[in-house]
Amino acid sequence: MNIKDKKVCEYLALVKANEPKTNSFKNCILAFLIGGAICDVGQAFLNLYSSFFPKDEAQVLTSITMIFLGAFLTGVGVYDKIGAFAGAGSIVPITGFANSIVSPAIEYKKEGFVFGVGSKMFLIAGPVLVYGISTSILVGLLYYLVKVFPGI
Amino acid sequence: MKVRLKGTMKLGRSTYRFKSNVAISDCFTVVGKKEGQGPLSIYFDMVIEDEYAGQKSWELAEGKLLNIAITKLVQRAGEKPDNIDLILSGDLLNQLSSSHFAARDLDIPFIGIYGACSTFALSVGLASLFVDSGFAKNVIAATSSHFCSAEKQFRYPLELGTQRPPTSQWTVTGAAAFLIKQEDSSQSPKITHFTVGRILDFGIKDPNNMGAAMAPAAFDTIMRHFSDTKRSFDYYDMIITGDLGYVGRKLLDELFKKEGIRFSSELFDCGILMFDPETQNTGAGASGCAASACVFGGYLYKLLRERTFEKILIVPTGALMSQSTALLGESIPVIAHALAIEIV
Repeated sequence: MNIKDKKVCEYLALVKANEPKTNSFKNCILAFLIGGAICDVGQAFLNLYSSFFPKDEAQVLTSITMIFLGAFLTGVGVYDKIGAFAGAGSIVPITGFANSIVSPAIEYKKEGFVFGVGSKMFLIAGPVLVYGISTSILVGLLYYLVKVFPGI
Repeated sequence: MKVRLKGTMKLGRSTYRFKSNVAISDCFTVVGKKEGQGPLSIYFDMVIEDEYAGQKSWELAEGKLLNIAITKLVQRAGEKPDNIDLILSGDLLNQLSSSHFAARDLDIPFIGIYGACSTFALSVGLASLFVDSGFAKNVIAATSSHFCSAEKQFRYPLELGTQRPPTSQWTVTGAAAFLIKQEDSSQSPKITHFTVGRILDFGIKDPNNMGAAMAPAAFDTIMRHFSDTKRSFDYYDMIITGDLGYVGRKLLDELFKKEGIRFSSELFDCGILMFDPETQNTGAGASGCAASACVFGGYLYKLLRERTFEKILIVPTGALMSQSTALLGESIPVIAHALAIEIV
């Protein structure tokens, strides 16, 4: 190891020793509470819709409602404040997905509707879609094979 | 009285000593709403509450702040724009967009420079070289940054609900312009030395931890300034770094402690002075070109004029990453430049 590498290693150790710690415990509790509260809202809508519609339609309507709420709260500038507070609690539910699409759409609207909103809307959500859809195809394929050849 | 000769002299490897009376004749600072609510609020010349500054995009808003800083400075100094020989300006945006927007209506010769958050020292230092050599009489050194345009370019869309890590810093919205010219009266603070930094890289890859990345650059430039000028560590009333923030400042202290170096004065940091972390939720402190430029232009410049301090060394640091270098997994190259500003 030459002198430069040694200095870099020493410095990185110093940085690690002096790093302010993230309070993971507190963050987990907040994420659990806020994330749970968002899911409660979803459940309330599901219960409401279930009394008027069949089960599968009520589920779709619930998703639509939650996506609308996420997008709406992003648009009025509230969701980022919830996110700063709740962390993963507001990212994981479907409202977080709506936030990740609407926030770049707002930011890049000034760059035009085609190359601004149209292409940059999926800046954050793009990877989720690519790998989410790819994974679901793989899992679907596996499910199909198991069904066709129950022996394996 | 000492006879002063014209012409710059180079000391050691990287320090330029200015022999004529290169002064910061005047300066003008404009800041945004959050900065205007911070501990230094009363010192800034102008606070613009509208984060768009009446423009339609963040980039144009930043350009507008810079344009206001430059035009108001020219007005207040009582100069005609035709008498300004040169503007040296830079900012954080790709291709220095906001500096170019700011200068496009000014009709003054322009040089764009990039030094990330160290741009303040770079522009003032280079302006001093132009003035000291006699090629230019009145030079404006300016810089700007904007929280929203920086977030958009370097991080995430503003409305995205993310948590900021505790090491992350808050980009200052603001702009500052400085008029550099030769002045014989002892009223205006003089720029006596300019130490040019070198690019360092200590392997920090996290763009949310710029303070840690930049601390070694500040250390290196301060040490080189003292070895070039052969000044003692007690020479300055105040040594102030650019935007290391709480994390980087602590690391800088550790680096000096390791070398066994003690200063008679406390080390300050513009990134710490700018905001109140308790009430303003700014994480590890302020950052951005405007952090050191506005804290110096608004606050320290006035203290120098009132002679609260007579000799200061200001060392703005810059983290020279881009969106793509972070994604390529590269560590962050950093730099720091130092300016000795004294009442002589």
